Amino acid sequence: MRVRLTVNGRPRTADDVWPGESLLYVLRERLGLPGSKNACEQGECGSCTVRLDGDLVCACLVAAGQADGAAVDTVEGLRRGDELSPLQEAFHEAGAVQCGFCTPGLLMAAGELLERRPDPSDADIREALSGNLCRCTGYEKILDAVRLAAARTATAITTEPAGEPS
Amino acid sequence: MSRGTRTVRPPRQALGGESPGGVGESVERPDGILKVTGEFAYSSDLWHEDMLWGHTLRSPHAHARILAVDVAAALAVPGVHCVLTHADLPAATHYGLEIQDQPVLAKDVVRYEGEPVALVAADHPEIARRAAALIRVDYRELPAVHDEATATAPDAPVLHPDRTDRHAAHVAHPNIVHRQPVVTGDVDAAARAADVVVTGEYEVGMQDQAFLGPESGLAVPAEDGGVDLHVATQWLHVDHRQLAPVLGLPPERVRLTLAGVGGAFGAREDLSMQAHACLLALRTGRPVKIVYNRHESFFGHVHRHPAKLSYEHGATRDGRLLYVRARIVLDGGAYASSSPAVVGNAASLGLGPYEVPNARVEAVALYTNNPPCGAMRGFGAVQACFAYEAQMDKLAAALGLDPVELRRRNAMSQGSTMPTGQLVDSPAPVAELLRLVKARPLPPERQWETVDAATGAPGVDVRALPGGLSNAGHGEGVVRGVGYAVGIKNVGFSEGFDDYSTARVRLEAIAGEPVATVHTAMAEVGQGGVTVHAQIARTELGVTRVTILPADTSVGSAGSTSASRQTYLTGGAVRNTCLAVRAELLRRGRERHGWPEVGPRLEGGKVVAADGSVLAPLVDVLGDEAIELELEFRHRPTQPFDPVTGQGFGHVQYSFCAHRAVVEVDTELGLVKVVELAAAQDVGKAINPRAVEGQIHGGSAQGLGLAVLEEIVVGGDGRIRNPSFTDYLIPTILDMPSMPLDILELADEHAPYGLRGIGEAPTLSATPAIVAAVRQATGRALHRVPVRPEHLVDLGQDGVA
Repeated sequence: MRVRLTVNGRPRTADDVWPGESLLYVLRERLGLPGSKNACEQGECGSCTVRLDGDLVCACLVAAGQADGAAVDTVEGLRRGDELSPLQEAFHEAGAVQCGFCTPGLLMAAGELLERRPDPSDADIREALSGNLCRCTGYEKILDAVRLAAARTATAITTEPAGEPS
Repeated sequence: MSRGTRTVRPPRQALGGESPGGVGESVERPDGILKVTGEFAYSSDLWHEDMLWGHTLRSPHAHARILAVDVAAALAVPGVHCVLTHADLPAATHYGLEIQDQPVLAKDVVRYEGEPVALVAADHPEIARRAAALIRVDYRELPAVHDEATATAPDAPVLHPDRTDRHAAHVAHPNIVHRQPVVTGDVDAAARAADVVVTGEYEVGMQDQAFLGPESGLAVPAEDGGVDLHVATQWLHVDHRQLAPVLGLPPERVRLTLAGVGGAFGAREDLSMQAHACLLALRTGRPVKIVYNRHESFFGHVHRHPAKLSYEHGATRDGRLLYVRARIVLDGGAYASSSPAVVGNAASLGLGPYEVPNARVEAVALYTNNPPCGAMRGFGAVQACFAYEAQMDKLAAALGLDPVELRRRNAMSQGSTMPTGQLVDSPAPVAELLRLVKARPLPPERQWETVDAATGAPGVDVRALPGGLSNAGHGEGVVRGVGYAVGIKNVGFSEGFDDYSTARVRLEAIAGEPVATVHTAMAEVGQGGVTVHAQIARTELGVTRVTILPADTSVGSAGSTSASRQTYLTGGAVRNTCLAVRAELLRRGRERHGWPEVGPRLEGGKVVAADGSVLAPLVDVLGDEAIELELEFRHRPTQPFDPVTGQGFGHVQYSFCAHRAVVEVDTELGLVKVVELAAAQDVGKAINPRAVEGQIHGGSAQGLGLAVLEEIVVGGDGRIRNPSFTDYLIPTILDMPSMPLDILELADEHAPYGLRGIGEAPTLSATPAIVAAVRQATGRALHRVPVRPEHLVDLGQDGVA
């Protein structure tokens, strides 16, 4: 079957999709977007987390056909040109990345959190990221990174000219 | 630096030139940007025009004879290109890290559930999976052995008859892989003199490394009849050494390149899909990719040895250890893997970081029909640490002493002697590490209690309670406990192993700028070795720009990314090679420009004289003539342990970490919340302080997992009951507490920069510290990890609390 998606703002089409294929498989193997990761393929680890029409989902649990017509945002769409997003920058600087396999999913989940709650408490961060497993860091540097990104974003907003919605 | 990290270091030492981004700075990872943008190519991300997908058919039985294999139905599936069984193997049929006892594909017998039996290559991974399911294998089940009693019974089935390995001659039963005693002093006399004796039986469950990036790789057949394998591994050259004979190819026609590695923790030391993908690629003439899913991954790599440990500690009334008797039985599963080295570690480190004048220790590993076990972070020292630290707490209670005070009285220090007779000849600040974690203020109690800002009404934040978001309770029956533990781990490969690493370093002028290029075969598995190599090159060569080439087998071996050894060994190799490159550059300057013999250093892209004046820019000295050298680096030699007494200079270096755990336990539901896990570790020299913190945090997290969450449950039939992340639980961010750190930098004069390998020690002591805290909170004995709810509540006869 044919699956049409808007991926990171661009219309994309995948052909010859077998009905059993997941959105994750189509992104990784048919659309050349392997940034979303395949660590458990049963919705436990969050490594394949993407936004589907804005909602956080595990792409491994979404049948590709179900996503037909939807807007999908992946880690590949976070950067603006050559510029890293504040969260990407913070993950890199804070040491939140070791092997990095969990990083794409964590970036998507943390981004959704900061949209909802720009100044999260530690408990909020832990709750929001509890569906994303990391085996390397013990999560301390991931907390550091989200705090840092939140603080920088808050600073950026307060220093913007009045009246400019962020 | 993280909140809550305190670092204690001696006065700054001169380290060659001062260069930004050099040794001692928290430099960012060179692969970090690729990893946050999703562009970093992990082994499971690889793609090749025309590639096929491989799939492995595995045994459903723990022990069975293969009577017949019929692949016709699989071969008939459209899209299937190739099916291979043992009969198709072209050359060597077995491989192994230390003992070549593992079949590439099972021949006439399978020895564990999940053993590879046949391979399929097809156009689509699902076609390969379905075709594999059509392969008909007729099995006749055999009796399985699953513990010491069944494995060493007189009539037990011998899993590996006709053993010729070097341990075969000294074991009492052919189902014992290896036995290592350690004997020192006169235990019987000491036992008669002891005022207090405590004994204990302990058990450690089978832990999984649970790296996130599944076993995977891409094998591409080459025009010369060889193969190029892109793979996630911990040691390219040991894979290469095992692969070439299996493929029947000369070594130079088997080339390995490291693909992106999604964590390792020991699980990638043994071969998994490497030989299988290469065999399929060579047979079909097409690139073949194999990626395990999580279920298969649980069968596709070795696990941490589960262990049963018996200890007896005797001490004087004033708390001096007089003797220890210990017996450690490790279940190695169906194949040897690294079991012999795990046995050596368990035996030689089995008494902990304490002075013990008299000891009799025995460690053995068994062959059973359970899943094969081998390397995991902590490697034989984790199991022992759980037991000896429980014993220290038990002894403290028997003596009426504070547990930290008892440890302090017996703590080893520089100049102490190990039970193997080895002198501890570098700092061993065991007592200080314990003092540091104990001195920290305790976290506030009842952090789950909230007050509504507007109304002042009291509330509960369930996220801070045992059970967390499952809303299991609101603080009723929650009690707190505090526990301590300290451990000792060896660094590097031990027991006389020729442990070395190789680095190739090139210094040249590119576009008017000096550039260093570092090429090693070190497996970057997430630990940050690539960051460290760039830092070392900057410090030693005075450059800013450093290129780290991909790791492959076109350069000499870097040894394994394991045993906390890579910063020491490959870091040491990069440093030594940089020093040789620097010496060659200065020799040029002396010959051509008459520079003095002593004094010039490389700094900020220039050669600088002792008085600070610039002798020349590096680019001028280099001109068009690059300097390139490849050198091996070795740590000082070690010796095998004596097979009878266990005496010998067996280990290169020791690594120490202490933990204090604060827990809260819901005593009605048997749920544990670790509130804080403080650690103190001596790292010798923090080459990259932020990365050091990350290693201690990550190691502590895996120790927490073993304490209260993680176990591969294997039935008496040898079958794994929980091969998924739904049923095998690794800590989430909600399970992990705050982890404040104390980092000591006490130089080891034998090691490059004085550094100490750091990755494993934190995994040892986290587990017993947490269990000690749970014991203190509940008053329960808790002799087994992981601690489960049913260990913390009294179950009625119907199994209900």
